[in-house]
Amino acid sequence: MTSKEIILNNIKQNQNIQQIPLPEIPNINEIYENIFEQFANTIENAGGKALQSDINKLNNLILELYPKATKIASNIKIPNLKTIDPNIYTNPHDLQNLELAIVKGEFAVAQNGAVWIQNNQNKHRALYFIAENLIIIVDKNNLVNNLYEAYKQIDITNSSYGVFISGPSKTADIEQSLVIGAHGSKSLYVIFV
Amino acid sequence: MNSHQKKAANFVANTKKMQWHDKALWFVREKRDIASKSLPQWESLREYANQIKTHTMGKLDFYLQQFEENAINNGIKIHWAKDAKEHNEIAYKILKQHNVKKVVKSKSMLTEECHLNQYLEQNNIKVIDTDLGERIIQLRKEPPSHIVLPAIHLTKEDVAQTFAKHLYTDPNNSDPTYLTHQARLHLREQFLSADAAITGVNFAIAQTGSIVVCTNEGNADMGTSLSKLHIASMGIEKIIPRLSDLDIFLNLLARSATGQHITTYSSHYQAPKDNGEFHIIIVDNGRSQFLQNKKYQKSLNCIRCGACMNSCPVYRRSGGHSYGYVIPGPIGSTLGAFKKQKDHSDLPFACTLCSSCSDVCPIKIDLHKQLYHHREDIVKAGLLNKKKQFILKTTALMMNYPKIVDFMGIIIRKTIPLLPDFIVYNKSNIWGKYRQMPKMPKKSFKQIYKEKKQ
Repeated sequence: MTSKEIILNNIKQNQNIQQIPLPEIPNINEIYENIFEQFANTIENAGGKALQSDINKLNNLILELYPKATKIASNIKIPNLKTIDPNIYTNPHDLQNLELAIVKGEFAVAQNGAVWIQNNQNKHRALYFIAENLIIIVDKNNLVNNLYEAYKQIDITNSSYGVFISGPSKTADIEQSLVIGAHGSKSLYVIFV
Repeated sequence: MNSHQKKAANFVANTKKMQWHDKALWFVREKRDIASKSLPQWESLREYANQIKTHTMGKLDFYLQQFEENAINNGIKIHWAKDAKEHNEIAYKILKQHNVKKVVKSKSMLTEECHLNQYLEQNNIKVIDTDLGERIIQLRKEPPSHIVLPAIHLTKEDVAQTFAKHLYTDPNNSDPTYLTHQARLHLREQFLSADAAITGVNFAIAQTGSIVVCTNEGNADMGTSLSKLHIASMGIEKIIPRLSDLDIFLNLLARSATGQHITTYSSHYQAPKDNGEFHIIIVDNGRSQFLQNKKYQKSLNCIRCGACMNSCPVYRRSGGHSYGYVIPGPIGSTLGAFKKQKDHSDLPFACTLCSSCSDVCPIKIDLHKQLYHHREDIVKAGLLNKKKQFILKTTALMMNYPKIVDFMGIIIRKTIPLLPDFIVYNKSNIWGKYRQMPKMPKKSFKQIYKEKKQ
């Protein structure tokens, strides 16, 4: 017998759990009056910041936020901003000295301040984690109330990867003191355009 | 004295540290309370989670096969390991095939359970734990003392000393921000020089054949996105049926663990990267045994948030290392005592039966009831220590004869006040070791009751 057969047999032989049906889950989570405000408050609690901008003013805003950044990679075109296309690299290790990554987010979740990122055109997942700072650009119409609505929209089957990001990376592993900037980005802005 | 008591006594000996530990974990519990109370639907979420998990465990063979089929269709390679040994051998074989010299690993209690690090190190593969807390304890050669906060037993000065020794940082600088950023630099080098990444699994979705890994630091994400090879280890109980079930579980997990709305990163791995390989090892290692036991089967529903530990008055004051099982606290006590009753018969007694753990458990596992059942089973198995056995037997005998109780009452009330301390507080008086005996009343409760009734 293979280990798979042994394990499945063990499960069948030991099965003694009273069978109950799989519950259908309704939307039991909150609906917000001001959905942007809710998102902004929640992500600020997680150490990030939400902003709104016009697409034509986006380059100025980014340069205001990160005036010193010279090595900026982006998988979306931003008018008048010079960025590196991360897809030109064959090896994700080449992204290691990025000061700023600007990436496309699919939608934002007001309930928990998370942004869903799933971009089949982006070659390196590392782009979301390796840069010192991260900006996620989200269409201002793409805000959902909660995770229930989020998973209604998510179709991951044709993708290899998707991620919720909520804030900059953080840790409290030393004496429970919160420190921003563990392994991923040290700062995070979510900009709605 | 049994082993939890002995080790707890060592932990408690450093009163200041013990009190800090107690307060720090209670603070996490309070954050959890704020987060859960901010959701009016919290109790509904718990009930749905309970139902989803119970349903899934009831059809576990079906869902595991569905998961495997879908994952294979996604291009993921699936391996089955009946025990820890086989798990380690499979992981090693994959790493060897890819000629891996160094692997970065994110937090996985399963690999701790299997002692994977030691196994790989013996076979000349360097393993770097990348969660900050895990890296600290790895450098110190200690096991984690908490499943979410692995280095909660250490002070920042301890960490400063450890980093000074291994990472050549300033030994006098114990500022957590300084230490964390030094670790960031050190681990960045490790991420960039590793040949493979190993992660645990928070949730495995049968419907899509994908897995979800949650971190705040981004270490699992960094590791898996920089190396071509990703191996994920999961226990058979990590399965949930549908992607949409994550609505329930992601809402519960971080709020219960740390009081956050969601972890910073919730990575959904669906398929290997271009030119990459993605392996998942599905491990039993004694888990399927839980299914047959009505009393303990619910512990398979655990999502490893750690809320029961943060709530437990015994855990907070005795520290995770007192437990001697890979997972400490209430959930570890029931898992350990079921898996190896003889080795861990002390754990169900490291409990006040206050039920705080069951109250905070996001999946509504009946933890305190399980610990109570374990006590019964341990007594039946004759594993109780001799002294306790004697006390319980004598008490049971006395309680059967009210006249003896009355008589003993009189003797105790009259004689204790007359006896010198060295006799009252002699070695066999365990209760009196840390406590003062109460003042002896003149009359028994029974006498007072009778008088009042007249």
